[in-house]
Amino acid sequence: MSTRSRSRPALGRAPALLLVPAGLAVLFLLLPLVALLERTPWPDLPSRLVAPDIVDALRLSFITSTLAVVLVVLIGIPLAWTLARVEFPGRALVRAFVIVPLVLPPVVGGVALLTAFGRRGLIGGPVYDATGYSLPFTTAAVVVAHAFVSLPFFVLSVEGAMRATNREYDVVAATLGATRWTTFRRVTLPLAGPGLLAGLVLAWARALGEFGATITFAGNYPGTTRTMPNAIYVALQADPDAAIVLSVILMVVSVAVLALLRERWFDPAVQGATRP
Amino acid sequence: MSDPFLDAHAVVRRPGHTLDVRLTAERGDVIAVIGPNGAGKSTLVRALAGIVPLDDGQVTCDGDIWEGDGADRLDARERRVGMVFQQELLFPHLTALANVAFGPRARGVPRRDAERTATEWLTRLGVEDLAARRPRQLSGGQAQRVSIARALATEPRLLLLDEPLSSLDVGVAMALRVELGKHLAAYDGVAVLVTHDALDAMTVANRVLVIDEGRVAQEGTPEEVAQRPRTDHVARLVGLNVLRGTSSGTTIRLSDGAVLVSATAAVGEVDACFSPTAVTLTVDEPVGSARNRWRGTITSIAPHGAAVRVHLDAASGLIADITPASAAQLRLVPGSRVWATVKATEIAVYGGG
Repeated sequence: MSTRSRSRPALGRAPALLLVPAGLAVLFLLLPLVALLERTPWPDLPSRLVAPDIVDALRLSFITSTLAVVLVVLIGIPLAWTLARVEFPGRALVRAFVIVPLVLPPVVGGVALLTAFGRRGLIGGPVYDATGYSLPFTTAAVVVAHAFVSLPFFVLSVEGAMRATNREYDVVAATLGATRWTTFRRVTLPLAGPGLLAGLVLAWARALGEFGATITFAGNYPGTTRTMPNAIYVALQADPDAAIVLSVILMVVSVAVLALLRERWFDPAVQGATRP
Repeated sequence: MSDPFLDAHAVVRRPGHTLDVRLTAERGDVIAVIGPNGAGKSTLVRALAGIVPLDDGQVTCDGDIWEGDGADRLDARERRVGMVFQQELLFPHLTALANVAFGPRARGVPRRDAERTATEWLTRLGVEDLAARRPRQLSGGQAQRVSIARALATEPRLLLLDEPLSSLDVGVAMALRVELGKHLAAYDGVAVLVTHDALDAMTVANRVLVIDEGRVAQEGTPEEVAQRPRTDHVARLVGLNVLRGTSSGTTIRLSDGAVLVSATAAVGEVDACFSPTAVTLTVDEPVGSARNRWRGTITSIAPHGAAVRVHLDAASGLIADITPASAAQLRLVPGSRVWATVKATEIAVYGGG
């Protein structure tokens, strides 16, 4: 019987000294989410969902994070392929740089973006002087901030998938007369498909939740740069219930992402195939 | 005399070992490359394909310089080569048909035409009804047929087969070997077949190149190499027993004093050759007409194709291929003392006057 085998494991009982803190850890992770749901003003949830400022923030968040993912895919796939398939001096260094935004505090990322693309920034300065265009505090700046923080997630996932596929397929394709571009398009990219999808969802989720870099680089203007996390931050001071509603929405999206990735990240059988 | 169709001198230096092999072939030749693991067989094939760059030497095929001689080196995709690998390496995300059509399409053939060509090749290999399947839905033998079709569909001038049968079950390999021989005989380019199985070489090839430690140990027709191996090592590789001795009439006196009887007469220094399958092993002293007999100790037993290969310390080392059933029946293990016998009619004699 299964209960019997569970109560008398072959190696002896699991020590309470480990089990109790483990249970506390689970509680610690779960309690805030439960509290959030408990405090949610369910009866007036529908009416709050259609409140103009919430709808604006929602729409802006979905548009900017989707645009950011498009940008990330356009430059991330070539970068992932180059890291996975081209041997060049300093490759390890480039890979390290790719990971930096992953560990960089988002606020620092926002400040760094300002120093690069701001009105007096390294690149933004000359552009402003020449054209009068200033990137920060625009919707485009939100997209740039999102792309900056989510690019590493995507590149690592896709590069891992490309590394995991047999390099001999590239050799086969070459003997069949394929150029490297054809091989990339018809062999490497399709074979990296699952990793690409995982990276896409991860990058999108990261962009959706971006707060620090966005508020620093793009500000918090309703309609143009006030994304969901920014709106939560503002609402918390004036209207906590609105903040809770916004938070529940983001939580639902996060859980949906988790469900999408479940098979790839939690099934041990396929784990080796996609993880970097 | 015109230049050979394929004229290659492949020199590839790696830490610890060097490949240095000359290979020339005419249109229609099927060359078996035999050698032990690590001899450089795969390196040779990859150098010819353009995957591994040469450190020295040159490759010329059908009048075009592929590498060396001061010409620009051609990439793998610019050489007209077809390659079949030990692991079929079919693209897992494409159907069998799309796999075979990949080559023509990569070379600019419109999809419809490429698929027609692919269907033709699948039909020739007898797997046209599997066209819509993905590689994981194919058995090993079916997948290898598709991969042979894929290599031939680009109409290569040089077909390279790197141990195409060695990952297959014995029965499947046997059937495919016969068929492969048929296709290679009909193929008008040069085929190079890497194998460690002498049987492949004997059944499929018209020339054999034995490679050992990166160099050509012997080259010739399958019969020459099998029956007149130049060294003991080649003999062991191609799996033949070769005993050196002095012949007078049908009697051969071996260097260790033993006497052999053969059906063919010769005089002088000779090599007596016989196949491992001609050797009979018994535990008790044999009775009967076989006059060539040795008593020895088994030094090793290992599966060899469908048979079991037994090495004996008799004479200068004997090889016997017996069925697994008789190996089990005789309870043979390394260290067993057995009798080995060979009929006089099984012994071929070379050399002498």
